[in-house]
Amino acid sequence: MTVTDADTQADHLLWQAAVIERIETQTAKVKSFYLRPQKWRFFRAGQHLDVRLTAPDGYEVQRSYSVASEPGLAGLYELVVERLKDGEISPFLHDVAAVGDVLEVRGPFGGHFVWNAADGGPLLLIAGGSGIAPLMSIVRHSTAVGGDVAVVLLQAARTWNDVIYREELHALDAAGAGFALMLSLSRDAARRPQDAGRRIDAPLLEAALARLGVAPRLTFVCGSNPFVEAVTGHLLDLGFDPQTVRTERFGW
Amino acid sequence: MATRGFTGRRPAPEVADRVPPGQSITQGFPVLSAGPTPRVTLDNWSFALKAGPRLVKRWNWAEFCVLPRTEVNRDIHCVTKWSKLDTTWTGVLIDDLLADAGLAPPTPFALAHSYDGYSTNVPVADLVGGKAMVATRYAGNSLAPEHGAPARLLVPHLYFWKSAKWISGLQFTERDEAGFWELRGYHTYGDPWREQRFSGN
Repeated sequence: MTVTDADTQADHLLWQAAVIERIETQTAKVKSFYLRPQKWRFFRAGQHLDVRLTAPDGYEVQRSYSVASEPGLAGLYELVVERLKDGEISPFLHDVAAVGDVLEVRGPFGGHFVWNAADGGPLLLIAGGSGIAPLMSIVRHSTAVGGDVAVVLLQAARTWNDVIYREELHALDAAGAGFALMLSLSRDAARRPQDAGRRIDAPLLEAALARLGVAPRLTFVCGSNPFVEAVTGHLLDLGFDPQTVRTERFGW
Repeated sequence: MATRGFTGRRPAPEVADRVPPGQSITQGFPVLSAGPTPRVTLDNWSFALKAGPRLVKRWNWAEFCVLPRTEVNRDIHCVTKWSKLDTTWTGVLIDDLLADAGLAPPTPFALAHSYDGYSTNVPVADLVGGKAMVATRYAGNSLAPEHGAPARLLVPHLYFWKSAKWISGLQFTERDEAGFWELRGYHTYGDPWREQRFSGN
């Protein structure tokens, strides 16, 4: 038997084929891609995968995408992709990639922006746009296994129709099992008393804290860099311990 | 394995050999941070040079500002797949810090520490010989808070998580001690040209 480099590498570092099993339209600009890899590996809620695309001449490009599905959904990874007008990858995934196509993936990766039941709660989750992806995995995981963990998700979007996972999150909110959803709509009116027709500001964060009832054990903030900077600035103003605030930022 | 229907967007031929494997050029300057941007003011800023637990020298902002300045132009590469070409930085070379402290590197390893609790390990050989600096200016301006103000480490030939933002000090260590991301699955050295993204790469 020949020992290659690949044999000595950890499993999650190896690129492998993953079939696009399902594509779901979430909003006008956002689609979910359910990938079934040859060998599914367990991940922690909040982790990401690397995706690699290869052109016929061998040119390759890689990107990282957070897994939005729940670790309990064995066999599949759901990735959330926002179509960026000038992007190299996202227009391809939105406009060309189809069910049955094969992408290459490796991972999961990431050891900080993660949550599992042993980390406990309560949790304050703050999402901007497609920054919901890793937080959705945490929401799904906490409601699936963390029964008594209180979670407030403050989700920012431009309009009601841009709210990713709107139906699923409202259903979880209505179920009343420790999960509460609050929306911040920057270009739309609030439709429920707990929602706000404005960007996230200190009073809205105070309202989220009041809804949680006690100080969160951990706060996760994910979105564009300007979004995360603004939100975490308010959190520091409100006296949050920065060591309890974990951030993930995207944008080129 | 070719991806059906994918053609991609290649870097311009004249810069293609400056882009490491798996990287794409950005014109922006993305920000990646594990937590909130810490609030560091010049009044309470200082930089500590330590050999193990021993403090060798500490500079406050005024003292730091009179150290020799060097400007460099470098390409930088982030493990999250972006590369940025021709970035211009001004700061104090680690060589000049050591000279001011009258210290020869006592060990082959170092840890950079930051105001937000972040840390990252870099071999001393990658810090000296003009390879690294404590940068205080980018593209002719003071650093932006989210990019590490008032000062960040700059080790441009390694993945950019090694270039610790909001740096508070440099500590020589007996062993190669893993820092924040190195403890969380990332490569201990991080050479972008060998695509050393993750532990085991």
